[in-house]
Amino acid sequence: MTLLAPTAATDAAPSCYSRVVNDWVCLDYLRDRHDELWDATVQHLGITVAAVLAGLLLALPLALIARRFTRLEGAILGLSTALYTVPSLALFPLLVPFTGLSPLTVVIGLALYSLTVLVRNALEGLRAVPEEVRESAVGLGYSPLRLLTRVELPLALPVLMAGLRVATVSTVALTTVGAIVAYGGLGNLLASGVQQDFKAQVLAASVLCVVLAVALDAVLLLAQRLLTPWTRGVTG
Amino acid sequence: MRLLADAWAYLATADNWTGAGGMLELLVEQLLLTVTALAAALAIGLPVALWLGHLGRGGFLAVNISNIGRAVPTFAVLVLLSVGPVGTAELGPYGRAGLATLIALTLFALPPIITNAYVAVREVPPEIREAARGMGMRGGQVFRRVEGPLALPLIVAGIRLALVQVWATATIAALVAGPGLGRVITDGFYRSNYAKGLAGALVVAAVALVLELAAALLQRYADPLRPGRHTSVHEPRGEGGTAATVST
Repeated sequence: MTLLAPTAATDAAPSCYSRVVNDWVCLDYLRDRHDELWDATVQHLGITVAAVLAGLLLALPLALIARRFTRLEGAILGLSTALYTVPSLALFPLLVPFTGLSPLTVVIGLALYSLTVLVRNALEGLRAVPEEVRESAVGLGYSPLRLLTRVELPLALPVLMAGLRVATVSTVALTTVGAIVAYGGLGNLLASGVQQDFKAQVLAASVLCVVLAVALDAVLLLAQRLLTPWTRGVTG
Repeated sequence: MRLLADAWAYLATADNWTGAGGMLELLVEQLLLTVTALAAALAIGLPVALWLGHLGRGGFLAVNISNIGRAVPTFAVLVLLSVGPVGTAELGPYGRAGLATLIALTLFALPPIITNAYVAVREVPPEIREAARGMGMRGGQVFRRVEGPLALPLIVAGIRLALVQVWATATIAALVAGPGLGRVITDGFYRSNYAKGLAGALVVAAVALVLELAAALLQRYADPLRPGRHTSVHEPRGEGGTAATVST
């Protein structure tokens, strides 16, 4: 392990995140730099939420198209899966000519990745709606739009939400790679941490990433429970 | 588009491919990393998953390992390893930070392999398993001659998924100044040579697609029930069986 000599005149007691000590766990670091950590977390959350929402807005129409025009189904599913084979570190640079070095680059890239899971699950969810239910709604005089919003989407929700949870958790992890275009949220702290051999920062950013993923997953699980009260069964 | 033309020019220049640190060397390095990490993940994950699947236990572990794997960024694992105990020392043909990259990639490859292999063995219909036992097969025989062959397509699907994802993820080793083609991308970016970065991205994406296609072919070959292949499962086959072999 190479420890660099302290550059500036050292204090009497170097803090636990100084280059000399460089502890993994350092409360002083968390206290002194909590603004930086907070900003990175907020950026991370913003990019993730924007990407997943954009992915969802793209995935639903694609799933509807794939369902309506079965001939396109293979192409849509194939394309959304093929996107996933493009490495994230490669995808962001590929987008830069169009979007520049901006958070939009990362958001678009991650939205495209989320399509792999979201389109598939949206389609499966819509397929899972029983034909009798659909026919009864039509018989009751539901218009196609009302059928979709009042009957099909609610019934597709459990499968769709399962996909949304998977996509969200993966997106939180992938956002870190956005550090390549300087918009990686906590990934920026990981990137600068590895350059400066800064252990406290690396550990804090890593832990925050996982915490963020778990927290968003819990929020979505809660939302799913609230949105689909009928799946919980009959309670006394 | 100017940038695309420049990237193409970069790709068309032979000097960028050959020599020390050329794209060819980095490509081989990354393939080596991918294959080694995948092999390590198979050696660790497959026996455990198959055994648990055979016993029908540990489903909780098999399912949850995927969820955990998704939530932990590989970039974070890589950074933790290279800042921490493993370091970024040169490792033979694997280059700088080779060991940290290999460990991170192996950990990354484990969830899809374990989950698919476990589910594959579990999903062998219980009647078939019972029938094999009824014919007097012992546990090991049931596994080797019944569960194994029937589970193979799904196991291979997991390996295919892992292969392509490991290749794709290996590029992020460059973010810790590690090995592989990702370095072309990061170099291009950090030095404002965007054409180079774009060229690297194109090569990585192209190889990913080639690997995906190769793995798809392999997967088709591994299906014991694919038309035209002789298997121990005696099923009446249509006459189209032999003809289909030509297309595979």
